Amino acid sequence: MVAILTRLFGAANLEVAEDAVQETLLQAMETWKADGPPANPAAWLFSVARNKAIDVIRRQRHSVRFDFSDGDRILLASEYTLAATVESLWSETSIEDDMLGMMFACCHPALGEESQMALVLKTLCGFSTAEIAQAFLTSEDTVSKRLFRAKEFFRRERIRPGLPPDGELKERLGMVIHSIYLLFNEGYHSSQGHPVRDEFIGEALSLGKLLADNPNTSDPRVYALMALMCFHAARSGSRLTAGGDLVLLPDQDRAAWDHRLIREGAAYLDRGSSGEAMTAYHLEAAIAWEHCKAGSFAATDWVRILHYYQWLCRISPGPMADLNRIIVVMQTSGPGAALRELDSLAGREDLRKLTLYHALLGEIHAGLGNADLARAGYETAAGLTRSDAERKVLRDKADRLGT
Amino acid sequence: MKEYMFLFRGPSHEPMEVLKTPERWQAHMQKWAAWMGELSRQGKLVSAQPLERDSGWQVRKNAKPATDGPYIEGKDMIVGGYLLCKAESYEEAASIARGCPSLEDFPNALVEVRVVQEMKL
Repeated sequence: MVAILTRLFGAANLEVAEDAVQETLLQAMETWKADGPPANPAAWLFSVARNKAIDVIRRQRHSVRFDFSDGDRILLASEYTLAATVESLWSETSIEDDMLGMMFACCHPALGEESQMALVLKTLCGFSTAEIAQAFLTSEDTVSKRLFRAKEFFRRERIRPGLPPDGELKERLGMVIHSIYLLFNEGYHSSQGHPVRDEFIGEALSLGKLLADNPNTSDPRVYALMALMCFHAARSGSRLTAGGDLVLLPDQDRAAWDHRLIREGAAYLDRGSSGEAMTAYHLEAAIAWEHCKAGSFAATDWVRILHYYQWLCRISPGPMADLNRIIVVMQTSGPGAALRELDSLAGREDLRKLTLYHALLGEIHAGLGNADLARAGYETAAGLTRSDAERKVLRDKADRLGT
Repeated sequence: MKEYMFLFRGPSHEPMEVLKTPERWQAHMQKWAAWMGELSRQGKLVSAQPLERDSGWQVRKNAKPATDGPYIEGKDMIVGGYLLCKAESYEEAASIARGCPSLEDFPNALVEVRVVQEMKL
């Protein structure tokens, strides 16, 4: 609903839209408490919100912040056309289109990734400022400032929600996809606090589906992202014990994976293979697919996965891709070969800051029987990670080395 | 390009008499949205507002305002609203005005077209 109202008011007036929705919900609570809910609550909410929108526009008529000269909004300034214009904007657009348009506004290239995600969560997923702050383990104040600056930017630049022009669509879509990918990763490998955040995973999946279902935005990258997210989401439940501890891949109960989601992911991967471009999303999805279809950890096709990681390192180089590739080398060629590969990267400063680097070092030395070096690796990694569950796993591994 | 003001005039009760049903009312307002929407798309619309038909004051120096308006001129004609738009000439302004929904739906309506005067010091 915020998305529709924002189209009406302009992204510059996000707060006005949010206030109108807030007022609508308050009125609903009061009315429904007294009279019981209406037969069609959604229709009731929309008609109240439409009237609220008209009230808000009347109140804002003399506000300098409300730009009535912009496009069709001049028609909102006249009583001859206000009600009819609101009515037609309301009925001609589908909610999906408005959400899509809003998504592109939220992922505007001039905004930082953190602001983009905060805006997406706030306007499209209905998170409160407090919930966003909690999700990113930061203060409400920081999130408010981030949102405020983004809204100022919308106001200054007169950003309107909507699909970008054809010439920019492909590139801008890339940013929207990336933002959904980050949101999903934040849920799946939460860097902080709780190791798996189902609410992020669910929101990322439904935003991705919105892109995949729309002919303007369905693109091989979107399908690959959907496949990747389905494959990971299918396994997310098995990654935690009832007590909240992480379960590593070799120990997961594969029968408990969500096979319906895996099938859905496979169908997306199929549709995503139609394009010519091979993107990092495709490769990550292909890797996840290999894990999903393997009957056991031992039966995994590591050679094929290694091939995908080598490819990934070429098109999307980075320390995480390298480390993941070396983890697979350990499966295909043993810890000695993995250590040689890791040593060849040892000059890279960025690696030493990563938890995974030290954990992998621990793993390799454990495989080679070097208990002291292995323990040092695990301990360094445990000191670096901000996730309690990861720390516990690493400490357990160090403890099991014996002396 | 000059600014022209349209004054929508007509018998005070005509809209009520013609637009008796909600459907007719809605259809009439849709015509306003279409007509003004087209003007807006051409970048010619400046502003427009309807005026209440059952109130209006007249203020004069040295007298209490007369508050029983609006004031009828000629045959029961009142100003029911205005629209400011941009046009090249009276001819263009008049052809725009001819599309006004009031002329279409109210037999006795008329649009008075006036050009904004450029004042010199």
